[in-house]
Amino acid sequence: MNALNQIFAITLMNLRSLPARFGSSMVIVVGIAGVVAVLIALLSMAKGFEATLKGVGDPSRVVVLRGGSTDEMSSGISNQQARLIENKPGVMRSESGSLAAGETYVIADIPKRGNDSPANMPLRGVEAKSFEVRDEVTIVSGRALEFGRYELIAGVKAANQFQGLDVGNHIPLRGVDWEVVGLFSTGGTIHESEAWVDNSLLVANLNRGGGYTSMVVKLESPLDFDQFEQALENDPQLESNPIRETTYYSEQSVQMTSLIETFGYGVGVVMAIGAIFAALNTMYSAVSTRGVEIATLRALGFGPAPVVISVMVEALVLAFIGGAIGAGLAYLFFNGYTASTMGGTFSQVSFDFAVTPELIVRGITWSLLLGLVGGLIPSVSAARTPVTVALRGM
Amino acid sequence: MADNLIKIDRVSKTYERGEMQIPVLSELSLDIARGEFLALMGPSGSGKTTLLNLIGGLDKPTSGAITVGSERIDQLSQSALAKWRSRNVGFVFQFYNLLPVLTAQKNVELPLLLTSLSGSERRKRALAALAIVGLSDRAGHRPNELSGGQEQRVAIARAIVSDPTLLVCDEPTGDLDRATADEILDLLRLLNSEHGKTIVMVTHDPKAADHANHSLHLDKGKLVSEDAAA
Repeated sequence: MNALNQIFAITLMNLRSLPARFGSSMVIVVGIAGVVAVLIALLSMAKGFEATLKGVGDPSRVVVLRGGSTDEMSSGISNQQARLIENKPGVMRSESGSLAAGETYVIADIPKRGNDSPANMPLRGVEAKSFEVRDEVTIVSGRALEFGRYELIAGVKAANQFQGLDVGNHIPLRGVDWEVVGLFSTGGTIHESEAWVDNSLLVANLNRGGGYTSMVVKLESPLDFDQFEQALENDPQLESNPIRETTYYSEQSVQMTSLIETFGYGVGVVMAIGAIFAALNTMYSAVSTRGVEIATLRALGFGPAPVVISVMVEALVLAFIGGAIGAGLAYLFFNGYTASTMGGTFSQVSFDFAVTPELIVRGITWSLLLGLVGGLIPSVSAARTPVTVALRGM
Repeated sequence: MADNLIKIDRVSKTYERGEMQIPVLSELSLDIARGEFLALMGPSGSGKTTLLNLIGGLDKPTSGAITVGSERIDQLSQSALAKWRSRNVGFVFQFYNLLPVLTAQKNVELPLLLTSLSGSERRKRALAALAIVGLSDRAGHRPNELSGGQEQRVAIARAIVSDPTLLVCDEPTGDLDRATADEILDLLRLLNSEHGKTIVMVTHDPKAADHANHSLHLDKGKLVSEDAAA
């Protein structure tokens, strides 16, 4: 009780004297706020990117690529192979037949909005069944594709990102003039960065002679994957690589996510070192300006532990304030901010920065660690200075 | 034979600065009677503040024994010494050493935070101590709202609030004008004569020393003379 009283009394006194030391205290707060804001912003970028790719989530859907291919760009599936694939066991059936759609994935040069620099937009040829297999697709503006016509529907993020993707516009892509008839949403996944057209028209225009780059297949249940995979493997006419859709996109996100996270932590660590010095400097000056006060308390009989703890608490309070401000700034300025980067297939992927509660907790924990390190050395040093020496410090 | 409160027996104190040994007190012996008001005088560097710090338990001797009451304080650990100080010694410093963010009453209450007294009891005792030093009407003022003499009175109230046997005063009037200094010295004398406090005071000022019962002169770490005063 006695020790608690001492800690409480000295801590309260330190905190109450903060307004008198506003300027030097702000060095810690601002330094740590900057570190946390940058760290959270960078990590929210990784989080958003990961969520965009990992969010393509139906474990009962399978992307079938050519054997040896790991992405749609380097894959190819013939019409004949497609018919074999859609009839394998495990594939869900509806009134219109097997829920398997052949798709063609290419990239198209198109200028970005805001500047005229050309960028790679993913262009996907789809079939009517694509909309049955991908039942999360909803038209949010305009109307759906009419097959057999040179029409295009654009994902909402692609429409935000690229010039000319407005309903009613005509846009030249891969040598053909396409009419933008609608915008679609898929609940925030990577497909919103794409534009979709009739696969048969796209393929004809590409002079590919038919076929697809991949198949997307809906299984009866996620548990049917092994059976489906085995059936593909056992078919001597097929050399294919079936991957669960969730796995396919999350694997594509791994490299970029880890790059952003490594970069984020790299920048965070460099800034954190700076912030630690700011915190050390501030706490040293806070302790040295109150060196005589601390010595007086110790002369009166207060122990060194309350002195250490009270200085630590002060550093932690300042660090927490800095962390909270940094997290708040990151949330205000970056949460939901849309950016784009190269995806695994060298096409633009648009994603929203996601400042999640987990990232905020991580940022504030980071700030408290900085406060701990910044406060520990000055406080221990204040407690270890002999009282008689510290009393002469005035 | 006088009832000695403090017995200093062949005490030496040497400071180390790097490789260098700096002797400050050497083989000093001294008895201070209970109820004494003693002034320690001497030139700068004579060791008077060091001796005061040893008597007040702020520092420990390099060799020799210091007994205050029945306690060999030179043998106490730092934490035991801190506890001993809080119960037995009141400190008065030249620059008052009040905490600027606290009111006079809260400053006086500080030593009582080391006791198990309730908040209301602490407040009551702090106000009683402020009454003794004549500052009841300044209890809610912060140090920057008080004059130097008033600040030193608050510091004296803080020194006596836990009713210690011993007051150690380091140049208590060194920062005050003559008239204010005399008031403070009169107050110390009152605490000595009316409240029975044993006071050891370091001063450069012979007029301040005149308020004490005895003066001891130190030079180069040794006692050189003793005067009976007042």
